[in-house]
Amino acid sequence: MSDSTAYFFWDLGQYLINGITQGSIYALVALGYTMVYGIIKLINFAHGEFYMVGAFTGFFLIHSGVPFFLAMPLAMLGSGLAAVIVERLVYRPIRSAGRIPALITALGVSLFLQYLGQNLLGADPRSFPDALGTKTYYLGELMISSTQIIIIITTIVLMLFLRWLVTSTKIGKAMRATSFSMDAAELMGINTDRVISFTFFVGAALAGAAGVLVGMYYNTVEPMMGLIPGLKAFVAAVLGGIGIIPGAVVGGLVLGIAENLVVGFWVSTYRDAIAFGILILILLIKPAGLLGKNTREKV
Amino acid sequence: MKKTLLTVFLALGFVPTLFAANNEIKIGAVFPMTGPIATYGQESVNGIKMALEKINKVGIHGKKLKLVLEDNKGEPVESANAVRKLIHVDKVTAVIGSVASSNTLAEAPIAQEAKVPLMTPASTNEKVTKAGDYISRTCFTDDFQGVVMAKFAFETLNKKKAALIVDNSSDYSKGLAKVFKAKFTELGGSIISDEYAYQQKDTDFRSLLRKLKREKPDVIFLPGYYTEVGLILKQAREMGLDMPFLGGDGWDSPTLQELAGAEGIKGNYISSHFSADDADPLVQGFVKEYIKRYKQKPGAMAALGYDGMLVMADALKRTKKLSSEELKATIASTKGFIGVTGAITIDSNRNAQKSAVVLETTAKGNIFKQKVNP
Repeated sequence: MSDSTAYFFWDLGQYLINGITQGSIYALVALGYTMVYGIIKLINFAHGEFYMVGAFTGFFLIHSGVPFFLAMPLAMLGSGLAAVIVERLVYRPIRSAGRIPALITALGVSLFLQYLGQNLLGADPRSFPDALGTKTYYLGELMISSTQIIIIITTIVLMLFLRWLVTSTKIGKAMRATSFSMDAAELMGINTDRVISFTFFVGAALAGAAGVLVGMYYNTVEPMMGLIPGLKAFVAAVLGGIGIIPGAVVGGLVLGIAENLVVGFWVSTYRDAIAFGILILILLIKPAGLLGKNTREKV
Repeated sequence: MKKTLLTVFLALGFVPTLFAANNEIKIGAVFPMTGPIATYGQESVNGIKMALEKINKVGIHGKKLKLVLEDNKGEPVESANAVRKLIHVDKVTAVIGSVASSNTLAEAPIAQEAKVPLMTPASTNEKVTKAGDYISRTCFTDDFQGVVMAKFAFETLNKKKAALIVDNSSDYSKGLAKVFKAKFTELGGSIISDEYAYQQKDTDFRSLLRKLKREKPDVIFLPGYYTEVGLILKQAREMGLDMPFLGGDGWDSPTLQELAGAEGIKGNYISSHFSADDADPLVQGFVKEYIKRYKQKPGAMAALGYDGMLVMADALKRTKKLSSEELKATIASTKGFIGVTGAITIDSNRNAQKSAVVLETTAKGNIFKQKVNP
């Protein structure tokens, strides 16, 4: 094997590692989008801000000396509670008004939280404490950092937990029932308001976990940090088939890997253009997303 | 109740504007007080306010300067809106601002059309002052900055093979890269041809840096802003890219040290406008007063804001009727104004001719390396 072919495979491996790490983050955030959409058909544009809330909660906790393995669940709790409060105060009163008003409200909440963050915390990016001491491991020419390993493992654990929650618990069953038909679920004695609150909580907690992981990975948190990953995660959710939980994971990974391959093998300038080009192509071929079923609209 | 509200409204809003017409000169300011380059805006305004206090102790033709500050969030569209508001609603005599060249470029045509002088204390892109004769600046341009760094890389550091990483969303970054490339090749160095580019707000540079590492450059020119530069430096050092990175004044913020970490920051060099370590008594006096007021060392933007405001006040003093038309001419005729960022002379293209400093970045702050005259 010639040098350049060997380089090619080493580089490919490296781009895949980087892509899977980035994709895991997108996937964690995308899960919240897809769960909320699945249950009340709302595209919650404020979802990226829960990721920011989680990152800042983690930031302040770790700064005040709380160990990482405790700070992480607390940050998830923080962003989850933020989402429950937003849902109760804003989304619930407007739920009956239809989908467009709810969508606009979500955009408003997103902007409100961003600028509230800037006002309270200042606009300057802050450096996230290196709580675990990053180490880099080498495998031939491949490099993987301890943070990357933590991100990938945490993502897998959280996803397995989510799968268990949705398929094997009572509340999971209630979530699926509410998603299938809210009226029918209510007639069966399910408290749908509580189920919706819970869905918001779980989705935002996952985003909060992603926020803490990202803070560690990139060493930075700032009030606007949710904007771009929020959009990308929304794209990932649509790519995988919005409303379908495994779809969010697949979509996130595809997007993360595609971005890194474009940067590595092609021109970095075109990263988003090509990544989103792929998205459009996939949606042209499969309009319901990678894992979506094409269902006919019932009249 | 309604009546009280009306009275309050009148007292707050209406009356001061009546007074303003008599004993105040309104100067508009457009700076990024929030957003990704917020420390630049905040520092600049700190410097401006310090200068204002000094100016207002004496006054200009019996009047005091009043600053009307608008936040542009570091975005071109917001900048254009802010300038339009300052000129048409607040009726300011002149505008000072902004920092990022892409912002000032969005402001310039509006000020030019309204015939209101716009002076930027910190935007270094060549195109800025080409918008017309009402637009000027009190800092040097990227042509000068790029040349300084290309010469420093080739002659002082003795590096021959350079790579460029460019912020594609910034006119400043692209302009600086172009000048560096031209000068470095002219001196006999080579530039890695591939394009390495990123966008503002990007956070992951690992794949880009991996690709760059394969090319084995011995120096990297990275003319970006500190938010992304900090992350790039950190990720680059983690990946074993230990050659020096060079940058421009966009690196000059204490936040960079924090984001890049101790490993990422050391052994890199930047060109800038000002060094707080400069032994000049004028500079030391400024540094001392600044620390007293704001409890932190002034960065380049604070010094530039301070000088910019003083140059504008000096030009206002030389007008007879304080009109915008006259001010345009007196700004352009500024010669050898001694500021904390060097002696400022406005040339025929309304750019400032002045010296630059090269600083070495370390975990404890930037260290003065050399001063380069035009």
